[in-house]
Amino acid sequence: MAGPAIELSGVEKRYGGHAALAGVSLCVQPGEFTALVGGSGSGKTTLLKTINRLVTPDAGAVRVLGEDVATALPHMLRRKIGYVFQEVGLFPHLTVAENIAITPKLLGWDKKRIDGRVANLLGLVDLPLEISSRAPAALSGGQRQRVGVARALAAEPRLMLLDEPFGALDPLTRDALGTDYRALHDRLGLTTVMVTHDMAEAVLLADRIVVLRDGAIVADGSPADLLASTQDDGVRALLESPKRQAERLRAKLAQASDAAP
Amino acid sequence: MSPKLTAAFALLPEYLGWHVLLSFSALVLGVAISLPLAVAASRSARLRWPLLAGASLIQTIPSLALLALFYPLLLALATLSKATLGHGFSALGFLPSLLALTLYSMLPILRNGAAAILGIDAAIREAADGVGMTSRQRLLQVELPLAAPVIMAGVRTAAVWTIGAATLSTPVGQTSLGNYIFAGLQTENWVFVLFGCAASAVLALAADQLLGLIEAGAARRSLRLVLIGAIGLLIGVAAAVTPLAGLGKTGAYVVGAKNFSEQYILAELMAGRLEKAGAQVSRKEDLGSAVAYRALAAGELDVYVDYSGTLWTNALNRKDNPGRAEVLKQLSAELKKRDGVVVLGSLGFENAYALTMRPDRAKALGVASLADLARAAPRLTLGSDLEFLSRPEWKAIEDAYGLNFKTKRSYQPTFMYRALAGGEADVISAFSSDGRIAADKLVILTDPKAAIPPYDAVVLISPRRAGDKRLLDALRPLIGKIDVAAMQAANYSVDRDQNKASPAEAAKALESRLGR
Repeated sequence: MAGPAIELSGVEKRYGGHAALAGVSLCVQPGEFTALVGGSGSGKTTLLKTINRLVTPDAGAVRVLGEDVATALPHMLRRKIGYVFQEVGLFPHLTVAENIAITPKLLGWDKKRIDGRVANLLGLVDLPLEISSRAPAALSGGQRQRVGVARALAAEPRLMLLDEPFGALDPLTRDALGTDYRALHDRLGLTTVMVTHDMAEAVLLADRIVVLRDGAIVADGSPADLLASTQDDGVRALLESPKRQAERLRAKLAQASDAAP
Repeated sequence: MSPKLTAAFALLPEYLGWHVLLSFSALVLGVAISLPLAVAASRSARLRWPLLAGASLIQTIPSLALLALFYPLLLALATLSKATLGHGFSALGFLPSLLALTLYSMLPILRNGAAAILGIDAAIREAADGVGMTSRQRLLQVELPLAAPVIMAGVRTAAVWTIGAATLSTPVGQTSLGNYIFAGLQTENWVFVLFGCAASAVLALAADQLLGLIEAGAARRSLRLVLIGAIGLLIGVAAAVTPLAGLGKTGAYVVGAKNFSEQYILAELMAGRLEKAGAQVSRKEDLGSAVAYRALAAGELDVYVDYSGTLWTNALNRKDNPGRAEVLKQLSAELKKRDGVVVLGSLGFENAYALTMRPDRAKALGVASLADLARAAPRLTLGSDLEFLSRPEWKAIEDAYGLNFKTKRSYQPTFMYRALAGGEADVISAFSSDGRIAADKLVILTDPKAAIPPYDAVVLISPRRAGDKRLLDALRPLIGKIDVAAMQAANYSVDRDQNKASPAEAAKALESRLGR
């Protein structure tokens, strides 16, 4: 694709008197894996949702794949964008297969193509085919989020939006899912924007980290560049936190093995 | 099986059929109206409050009053429609009952529906938007399927309420299981009352269980359960309603009756003669006084018996009393001219309002006339039937004699006599043709000022049957042939405590005395 996958210019959003987004401009190139990070209330989720118009900005423009979001039909736009969020939101009255098939069905794919796609996706997210007839309630948290990812990918979107996708999972599952997703991103040539508050996850998975504070971008670049160049103490502390954690962890583990008989 | 029970079972197909048809239609209509309103209420907080408050308000109106209120409303609409569009419709019977019950069924469906949709997890709503559903797709594919079990629970509540309240459609002229209860209460036929209650309860339970299957099916996502419930429900409705196809054929004569024994007996008498003449007959019983005349004038009834004084004061708004013959003459002319109603003639007896006392009490107080009563009234309790105190006749008596009772109480006619016997009432507004007056040797107080108009029992024919030879030929032999003693005997055979006759049996006995 010629132009950027996502282009935000001067996007503002206010809730009551509070500015959730105070004039954000951002350009995401096709194939990029971007992490939006920042504290609670920094505006990262609001920013993500302006891209598939779950939030409509008060001012500014959002273009997705060359199309102005404000003039597109919201439901048509969303069928072209995969969306995964922490609560997953699987439809409890539908089976796993029916959940995955929902967007292709809305797009009017024929049954054969949908069935093939569902089987293919289950393999892609590393789930056994036999769970396709199960109800979401019968799955583990990790399986549920894998289904959530499969559902988002079902209609072959070029663009994926992830809102703290692995936040509610245990650390092992979270690590495995993150790694698996990054592999999918590369294999399918996706453009991904992921909101996370976990700096280690951002550094490990993303090509580019965008730091937000009070609805504005305060840092933007690859993890290594940011660490080398940032003048902002807060951003530096944020970026260094995984490294410090890892060092503390290593020290503790060394102590423990010394003390052992 | 006892003859009363046999009689009750014989009426069951007709009563149950109407009851089921009425309740089911009201419920279907209630769901069709309430569900979109529930969706609207769940979407807009501004609509939610007025919608739920409105539905609650309807629920606070006593169901009988709600049914009664629809009759004048529909009558006005029918008159308007006839005047503007040239088409009237029946304001009596099915339509007012259907509308009132529909309104009555709305609250549980509306409340449960709105709560169920609002209670859906926000994450599921966000997911529905996120996968690219339109708001309509979200409603139909996600919100309604998820809300279905709670909505069905509301429909079950509504069904039980509707089936119960449908028994109250009898007084507005709609046949229902309530006919057992109302007729049984009037004639002290407790078998009928219990039979009506039991039938209605069994019906409500059956409907509740079948709807429960649909609810369970919706909750467990089992299409099989939903289908079993729905098919069972439809088969039940179809089976109950089928007998109606054989009844009420067009061209059937509609015989009306108000809500007391004499009216039931006379209606049976007339219906029996019509059936003997080979006519199809349907009955509308337990009608209120004003409802009956208006229904006849509008052609919803073909024939019933009313009383000259009642029509004189209520239909013609006359307050004077020119004497028995003159009242009858003027009444016949006026009703024919104004409404096209034919007064076929007087049956030969009067059923007047008569203030009546127990002989011992009258003697002790020295009361023989209404003038005497005026002196004693401030220490006495008046027992009346449910409509007497709001009728112009009472106003006329009160004004003429200056009656001022200590207390006034209203009863069902049956209980009014009990109250007099038990001393809870000192004076009652009895009916002069009532068999209990002679049986209990009650004293009828004289009316020296002629404040009470004459009450000749007259046969009224609706305008559309005015020239119907079969009807006129069947009923004309009754004119002038029933004297007050015969009527009192017939009434007493139905009203007495022991060895009671049914109205139909009393009608047969009365007919055998005719022309003797």
